[in-house]
Amino acid sequence: MTALYLSVATRAFRRYSTYPAATLAGLFTNCVFGVIISYVYLALWDQQPDAGGYDSVDAVTYVWIGQAMLMTVMVWGGGATADLSDRIRTGDVALDLYRPVPLIGWYAAQDLGRAAYHLLARGVAPTIVGALLFDIRFPDSVGAWVGFALSVPLAVMVSFAVRFLVASTAFWLLDATGPATIAFTLTVFFSGFTVPLVIFPGWTRELVMLLPWAAYLQIPADIWLGQRQGWALVGGLALQAGWAAVLLGVCWLVLRQATRKVVVQGG
Amino acid sequence: MAEGVVTSVRGYRDIARMWTRAAMAYPASFWMMAVSGFAIGLLDFVGIWIMFHTNDSLGGWSLSEIAFLYGATGFGLAAADLVVGRIERLGQMIRTGRLDSMFLKPLPLLTQVCADEFALRRFARVFQAVVVLGIACTFVSWTPAKVLVTLSMVVSGSVIFFAVFIGFACIQFWTIDANEVANAFTYGGNTMTQYPLTVFPSEVVKGLTVLIPLAFVNWYPALYVLDKPDPFGFPEWLQFASPVVAAIMMSVALLVWRTGVRHYTSTGS
Repeated sequence: MTALYLSVATRAFRRYSTYPAATLAGLFTNCVFGVIISYVYLALWDQQPDAGGYDSVDAVTYVWIGQAMLMTVMVWGGGATADLSDRIRTGDVALDLYRPVPLIGWYAAQDLGRAAYHLLARGVAPTIVGALLFDIRFPDSVGAWVGFALSVPLAVMVSFAVRFLVASTAFWLLDATGPATIAFTLTVFFSGFTVPLVIFPGWTRELVMLLPWAAYLQIPADIWLGQRQGWALVGGLALQAGWAAVLLGVCWLVLRQATRKVVVQGG
Repeated sequence: MAEGVVTSVRGYRDIARMWTRAAMAYPASFWMMAVSGFAIGLLDFVGIWIMFHTNDSLGGWSLSEIAFLYGATGFGLAAADLVVGRIERLGQMIRTGRLDSMFLKPLPLLTQVCADEFALRRFARVFQAVVVLGIACTFVSWTPAKVLVTLSMVVSGSVIFFAVFIGFACIQFWTIDANEVANAFTYGGNTMTQYPLTVFPSEVVKGLTVLIPLAFVNWYPALYVLDKPDPFGFPEWLQFASPVVAAIMMSVALLVWRTGVRHYTSTGS
């Protein structure tokens, strides 16, 4: 079973790697945005040097981690789950349900393969460009590197579960673009891509740090920056794992509900 | 010439109406996306407000002044996205052969490409920008000249973004996968001009004045309307030059488009 998932993931990795021009174009855009936002944050932290408990180096590093993670966690939606909503609309999902592999596992493996490609192809270059143009920070302990390495796949799983839920609304609505747009609007804001969650004012900060979207960028970034160490690091990973488990559970329930409906409709 | 424009506008209107009717076949999706479009812009602005909750200024500008910049560039981008934004899918139209079929229809190609899959829901973002700009305008001490400069800013800003969308989309005539490059200039340009240019190094500001003149979308007119001295010491007449820049940019974009179309030889097969 593991071998099967692994080969599904490998195929997905290769599928995305067939468009080098698109990857280069995307990298260019990531870097342009990285530079723009870096200057804005430098101006902000110049006014208030300890905003959100970050110094200006942390803030700029956060920007480049964000640009590097953008595609890996699919902030704008898409990935394997975009195929799913199309297949639900066309009815091809019936084929997926016949496979000797659970549907969620099939798509999760594909999405992890995709994420691995995006982490390498869209993550490494912006980090290097950011390090060349600005003063940025790298993890300063083995614990931080290990924590970050664990945190990224968990971020992908939370993002996958949210996108899977969005795609499965197509079972009822046929067209999932409406829910997808709502989901991406919330994701961009609450994952910390608009501004870091650490600078949210007062109690809203405590709240947004506990929501599932905090798993996308804020927790991995805080581990990278050394803002989360020891028990705080473990707590961050636990929060990510907890949300991944809860949301995947909901995916499973929704899918069970939906497949009943497919059977009732007779295909 | 004038007749050509009338044909284009009429053709665009007909195609847009057809796509709008098609979108209304899924009313739930239409409204969800329209509301989201509004919310995206709103949350974007909430982000700027969050940056301000402990500061009174960013780059020497207050929140209401930044709202003026934000509303102006937001309007330009949203209007361009509504009217010509579909051109970013040029590569896809080439790949699927859709562009070839457009060559056969009695309407200018550019009109057809821009009107294809016209999405009325994008109006939500225009509306959101107007709300922010409207609120920002209540903080301005108005004179008749400032009203004129503001109106010319809004129109010129839109035309400049029209030109940026069209010009950079043409890259896809050469490499059909590279549509994301254009985003750096359209959405990237929008993000950049949301903030006072004082946060960027002066080389960037020179680039935005001379190379890709996005500073004329809002920065120069805003300096005049908000009575701010130019922090980079550039000549004052630049603050009134937006319409001229818009006209030049549009001509360049159309020239690039024509070159692209002439270069285009279809995917063959």
